[in-house]
Amino acid sequence: MSTELKVPTMAELFAAGQQPEVLFWVGCAGSFDDRAKKITKAFVKILNKAQVSFAVLGTEESCTGDPAKRSGNEFLFQMQAFANIEIMNAYGVKKVVTACPHCFNTIKNEYPVLGGSYDVMHHTQFLKDLLDEGRITMEGGAFKGKRITFHDPCYLGRANGVYEAPRELIRKLDAELVEMKSCKSRGLCCGAGGAQMFKESEKGDQEVNIVRTEQALETQPEIIAAGCPFCNTMMTDGVKNKEKEASIAVMDIAELIATAEEL
Amino acid sequence: MQYIPNILFAILFLFGVGFFVRNVVRLRRNIFLGKDVEVSDNTSQRWKNMANIALGQSKMVVRPIAGFLHIIVYVGFVIINIEVLEIIIDGLLGTHRIFAGLGPVYNFLIASFEILAFLVIVAVVLFWIRRNVIRLKRFTKPEMEGWPKQDGNLILYIEVVLMFLFLTMNASDYQLQQMGADYYVQAGSFPISQFIAVWFQGLSEATLIGIERTAWWLHIAGILFFLNYLYYSKHLHILLAFPNTYYGKLTPIGQLPNLESVTNEVKLMMDPGADPFAAPAEDAPVPEKFGASDVQDLSWVQLLNAYTCTECGRCTDECPANQTGKMLSPRKIMMDTRDRLVEVGKNIDENKGVFKDDGKQLLDDFITREELWACTSCNACVEACPVSIDPLSIIMDMRQYLVMEQSAAPTDLNNMMGNIENNGAPWPFNQMDRLNWSKES
Repeated sequence: MSTELKVPTMAELFAAGQQPEVLFWVGCAGSFDDRAKKITKAFVKILNKAQVSFAVLGTEESCTGDPAKRSGNEFLFQMQAFANIEIMNAYGVKKVVTACPHCFNTIKNEYPVLGGSYDVMHHTQFLKDLLDEGRITMEGGAFKGKRITFHDPCYLGRANGVYEAPRELIRKLDAELVEMKSCKSRGLCCGAGGAQMFKESEKGDQEVNIVRTEQALETQPEIIAAGCPFCNTMMTDGVKNKEKEASIAVMDIAELIATAEEL
Repeated sequence: MQYIPNILFAILFLFGVGFFVRNVVRLRRNIFLGKDVEVSDNTSQRWKNMANIALGQSKMVVRPIAGFLHIIVYVGFVIINIEVLEIIIDGLLGTHRIFAGLGPVYNFLIASFEILAFLVIVAVVLFWIRRNVIRLKRFTKPEMEGWPKQDGNLILYIEVVLMFLFLTMNASDYQLQQMGADYYVQAGSFPISQFIAVWFQGLSEATLIGIERTAWWLHIAGILFFLNYLYYSKHLHILLAFPNTYYGKLTPIGQLPNLESVTNEVKLMMDPGADPFAAPAEDAPVPEKFGASDVQDLSWVQLLNAYTCTECGRCTDECPANQTGKMLSPRKIMMDTRDRLVEVGKNIDENKGVFKDDGKQLLDDFITREELWACTSCNACVEACPVSIDPLSIIMDMRQYLVMEQSAAPTDLNNMMGNIENNGAPWPFNQMDRLNWSKES
């Protein structure tokens, strides 16, 4: 925990005449939300350990526009998209990795038609590649035999068909991966998507995140793993609501790996 | 005089098919009230999707019980229709079992139709029990009250009646064949109807011929009736599932389409060379309306979606908003879109081919704002649909209308969007603080 994070910015590298292998798109949650910042830092620790040549946009990054687009504000979305694309193209970005499935989906699928085509990866896919290439090794000691259930983020799973990368990482931790009754393509939303994160929910008889947390608790997990900062918040709130926060942790895949590696 | 049945049949047949064609023309007209959309790409993938999803029923079996029963009814429907071909030829030419000459092949065909007919009856009875006795949750949602519920049951009743008529026709025919009656050639194999034929033993030849003819006529008349019932029912999916899966979404389901009209505006806004005082040219077209408030604002594929929906409710069953008691039901979005489209179509028919403003629209009069704002855009409904319907796309288009035409987003969302505009994040944090996390311990 003591090692200082090395977080170069695109601007710094550009000034030094360097080009990183990959741009780490931090996203708004990863930049500002206290819980999500821990995920960001965990991921950077892994990148540092694996000596990945990366950079962030830092203060030049701006919201991808996903919540605006899903609220119906195509105008604001495209303003954001064009601004971001202009900056990424100016730096000659080829490859992007992000720990937020919403940023992932937007940059990967909705930016190309506006002039921003990049090789976009979710951090679980990126980490799996690092593992396959032998750039990180995982012993898994800390999580050996622990029951971990994985909550599929809608924008990673259903939206883009990525189900296996996060699961393979959990298995590599020697943990016992247990599936919820609705998982993968039929996984239940955490309740945050489509800009719901930023508003009160409509009248109903339950909250989505509570129902999803109940499904997770049915698997009697020690850890609920997530791959999205918004899902993480929703599930954390759900676990607190059920007063289980002392026995069940909600952790991002990057945090699991960083912890296992004692980073 | 001997040609009277043939003539009657020809009239019945032409009337039945003609009425159906008239309705298909209307259906097509209504669907193309929607906006044009580019779907001519990637034809090979589209054919594959149609083959897998519609023909191969690949998404039906995600729910194994309903999927299995549905496949029985589907296969039964398709295969038993080969028999209808024979019935039509017989009816027009005054022949009887014209394919009988196929010998063992014919026996095999008739036997398989009979077994399928029996399985269809079993499946349909189970479907009825699921709807009316077990009352599965997805069949008892508020949008299913009234006509949709009746419609669902009526279809099941019609199917059972048709199958029984088919088997009764065969049973009396079989009995007549055994009696060596004139005209009733020895042909076919009757593994199921032979058990019905037991009840016909001892009846006179004339009575049996009466039963056989009545069943034969009612069967074909029933089929023609059912064909014409489709247009007024949710049951159109038996035809529209094929084009609908063909025109289904090919991009990753998380990808929302780009709104080109907005792109042009935004580009102009960001162009430093654009003349800030430029007035639009005199003959410039009226700017396109953003988003959708009525069916004409949707694309024709979305309208095809609406007609294709058979109200199975798998979408609603998987919807997180609906599961937690919110008003939103993706199935209702599709039903409302179809109902409004039917209303608009009638309006056009009544006003000599031109739509006359009726003071109503899809938004508010059919779909409320509360429903639209409850969506998490999780795509569970899109994934769940066995025939590639995309309810989310309609919700998103209607949100676009609310936000870009009416500035009518919920306050929380307006705050969020204000933040994105001002400081590049949905929360009120300064963009200059975006990298602060890297220095925090």
